[in-house]
Amino acid sequence: MSHQKQKRQGFDYCKEVKSMYDVLIVGAGVVGGMLARQLSRYRLSVCLLEKGHDVALGASKANSGIVHGGYDPEPGTLKAKLNAEGVQKMYDTARELNVPCINNGSFVCAFGTKEEEETIRALYARGLENGIEGLSIISGDEARRREPELSKDVSLVLDVPNAGIVCPYELTIAAVGNAMDNGVELKLNCHVNSIKREDGIFTVTSEEGDVIQGRFLVNCAGCFSHQIARMAGDDSFTIIPRIGEYMLLDKNEGKRVSHTIFQVPTKEGKGILVTPTVDGNLLTGPNAAIAEFLENTKTTPEGLDIVGRLAAKSVPSINFRQVITSFAGIRSSEKNGDFIIRPANSVEGMLHVAAIDSPGLTASVAIADYAIDRLREMGLATVEDPTFNGHRADPHAFRKMSDEEKDAYIKEHPEFGRIICRCETVSEGEILQAIHSNPPARDVDGVKRRTRSGMGRCQGGFCLPYVMKLLKREHGVAMETITKKGKESKYVTGKM
Amino acid sequence: MNRTLTCIICPRGCTLTVTGEKGALTVTGNSCPKGEQYAVDECTHPVRTVTSVVRVYNREDTMVSVKTSSPIPKEHIFDVMNAIHAARVRAPIAAGTVILTDVYGADVVATKSVD
Amino acid sequence: MLTHDIVVVGGGPAGMAAAVAAYDAGVKDVVILDRDDALGGILRQCIHNGFGLHKLGRELTGPEYADVYRAEVEKRGIKTYCETTVTGLSHDRVVTAQCREGLLKIQAKAVILAMGCRERSRGALNIPGTRPAGVYSAGTAQKLMNCDGYHVGRRVVILGSGDIGLIMARRMSLEGAHVEAVCELMPYSGGLARNIVQCLEDYGIPLYLSTTVAEIHGRKRVEGVSIARVDEKRRIIEATRRYIPCDTLLLSCGLIPENELTRNAGISIDPITGGALVDENRETDVPGIFACGNVLQVHDLVDYVSEEAEIAGCAAAARVQKGDAGAAFVSTTPGNGVRYVLPQRVHTEGSEDVSLYLRVTQPFGKVRFTVSAGETVLATAVRLKAAPGEMEKITVKSEKLHGVTEPIKVSLEVMA
Repeated sequence: MSHQKQKRQGFDYCKEVKSMYDVLIVGAGVVGGMLARQLSRYRLSVCLLEKGHDVALGASKANSGIVHGGYDPEPGTLKAKLNAEGVQKMYDTARELNVPCINNGSFVCAFGTKEEEETIRALYARGLENGIEGLSIISGDEARRREPELSKDVSLVLDVPNAGIVCPYELTIAAVGNAMDNGVELKLNCHVNSIKREDGIFTVTSEEGDVIQGRFLVNCAGCFSHQIARMAGDDSFTIIPRIGEYMLLDKNEGKRVSHTIFQVPTKEGKGILVTPTVDGNLLTGPNAAIAEFLENTKTTPEGLDIVGRLAAKSVPSINFRQVITSFAGIRSSEKNGDFIIRPANSVEGMLHVAAIDSPGLTASVAIADYAIDRLREMGLATVEDPTFNGHRADPHAFRKMSDEEKDAYIKEHPEFGRIICRCETVSEGEILQAIHSNPPARDVDGVKRRTRSGMGRCQGGFCLPYVMKLLKREHGVAMETITKKGKESKYVTGKM
Repeated sequence: MNRTLTCIICPRGCTLTVTGEKGALTVTGNSCPKGEQYAVDECTHPVRTVTSVVRVYNREDTMVSVKTSSPIPKEHIFDVMNAIHAARVRAPIAAGTVILTDVYGADVVATKSVD
Repeated sequence: MLTHDIVVVGGGPAGMAAAVAAYDAGVKDVVILDRDDALGGILRQCIHNGFGLHKLGRELTGPEYADVYRAEVEKRGIKTYCETTVTGLSHDRVVTAQCREGLLKIQAKAVILAMGCRERSRGALNIPGTRPAGVYSAGTAQKLMNCDGYHVGRRVVILGSGDIGLIMARRMSLEGAHVEAVCELMPYSGGLARNIVQCLEDYGIPLYLSTTVAEIHGRKRVEGVSIARVDEKRRIIEATRRYIPCDTLLLSCGLIPENELTRNAGISIDPITGGALVDENRETDVPGIFACGNVLQVHDLVDYVSEEAEIAGCAAAARVQKGDAGAAFVSTTPGNGVRYVLPQRVHTEGSEDVSLYLRVTQPFGKVRFTVSAGETVLATAVRLKAAPGEMEKITVKSEKLHGVTEPIKVSLEVMA
């Protein structure tokens, strides 16, 4: 085993560089990122390959951000097992990584029909079978006593006290950042286009010209995981991408509910939910449709209309004039409906971690641990690294300070005194931190996801030019190269 | 001639009617003498004030805003813009400084100061 | 904790005029806090002309208009904290602000809110489609072009015919971009008539009324938009949907007063103006806190902003010097054809005439406005035309207000 671990700052576009790693992970979503982070506990060299310009750009960028209680998956499935194991692991890991994660509990609501009430009872029974603790069935009135804005039509509720909310992209960024702090290498803009295995070594090439070698290869490529599998000669599964549309509302609406409010699940998904977010906004969605093509993340009037109507069914008082943005997220499903976490067919040394749709975020830490167990079975030797530090410095430390602490901190670090984003009160110091810590923010959306700058009511109307100038200065590049989200998403078209 | 115009002299935006022949135009609908002058000008030789910016080459990402010192013939707006595009200035520069002289009958002057 | 007699939040046209007026009314200890690196606010990027005709009697560009007031501020030695963002305001007038030197806490005797407004975003408009680069609020594009010197696009569609959108249509045309269209959801433009002429007609840019952007296309950068006509309920008429290739979509769909601080201080907000509820002194329902300019109501002319700020500045000074303005007041309400009236309440025993500012609900031809309290007519005014984009002002004589106890209603009737 090689031990060429070293702390690396930043990232490279390593053209034509031949590097050798113990483990290659394809895909820097929450699953790949969490796996990288859990692998960085061991004396292993790990490289995380991501075709995008940042991490968390697929399903991990735009989903409900829910820690699911675990009552929903069919008993005996991987989903049931890893959801049940994953909840506590998620709370613990979020704490270590300083990712906001709140155990707010969820309500699953039936709306007066016999079938729906039966479903509530069935979910309760299923939850018990899955080993979920604390579940109870409460009346609509009891639910409204605890959640006064709930519709009067709610007749029976499954109370899920262990459920919670977490920010999915922040979790991914934190996991990858912590992995990098512990020596994992991240290669962005690395669109894998061929995989070969010879003499026990994988050679992976990218469209951008990278050549990377590794002993083990883990496929965490989300909606593209079947393509990665096929490159290696395994066509045993096909991902069916699904799309879900959401509307995010102003913080004025963020206190409508304190629990995450679900409707009884249907075949299409867990139904439209209404939930506060860890940042204090209100999130409604998703509808569920088959995506026309991979990476199709556009919103539609019909989709947003359904989201609005069904969210109002649970919580009629929501004021949809307070929508600050709408978005669509993709998720990778497979026809059998369960996670696929197993060695590739007829490709030694390759592990699939695929078809991770809901409750994938909840289960992400458990998935990573389960995947590492499989890698061990496949021959990966894991020796603990005593230098591993699972703690990530809190990027939001400044905003949590008291006024006195802030004053003292600004006197030492004046850049924290200059507010760049007024709506979310984000300082220049916090933006510089996002640009210079792992994984570094390269573009405007990257800054936004790390700091919330531009995520408030004005949606970047005021702060955009300032954020662009900071990116320009810190990365030492021309304004014309600053992008919203990598490659061709440039903001300005030339200098006057 | 029988032409209806919206006056652009002030925000009131009066609807002006111009009748008569060149040299003897009659304007109605105006609320002030400026409106009458505007209508006559607009029907004989329309003019506009042009505003834009000029790059300050010794300051990063800094532009100085400029305007024509008086309205210029409307048909030469883009000629004036070409002259403005070609200009570069050095800071410090004070508001009121003439940056280009006699561009289609007007000067191009700075409208803000750059230290 | 620092103390100042009057703290002005925001150093744009409203804040500067308010500070100067307060100083001239005798309160010398007045300070201005502004988040940007210099005074002037949004005027610094409004390089076009058309400012000041009403207030200063000459036509200036935005930066020039700002400079007039900045010079007055400097002449009086009014202290200005720039790059200082106010993050908190309490009911008892403690202002918390953040700057490079640290966290400031200022106890003020009076506070004047002059934070201005922000533009309605794409998210708030909820336009379906993809989320590429190249969708700008018009003011953001204006800043990138006029202050920083960068082109924001070559082929442009503008949604919304507010004045900033119209000004930017001309601005981008002058810089060589091709403006394909300005689309306006309403059956009339929200901009000034003169801007339709000199910004659109001069450059041959079509204005499509009752038309909206139905979808944004393009994965990385905008590649085009679908526009469509809307019916009288503003629903898209699918048959009229058509695609316009473009690399930029500018949004000029309304301005929203920036009232986060106001709300946090417990001040009541008028749901129609989006600004605080004020009396004729521009004092909010929290004593000692005043508001003026676009944070109070969105103005179409900076001249009126300055005028309103002077009212607030003088009243704040009086408040510091003399205390309360007196108790007897009545509320104002919009009647037929009127969307809102500001101030929302008026003292009836004052010695000054009171000007009421209002906007109409839709475009009208010749109208007569009537200001009444119960059966009593307090004032009337005739206008040759009235439009929602143009604020109206009607002055009521002070003696007419004396003894009024019923709410004051402003309504209009269409004249032949």
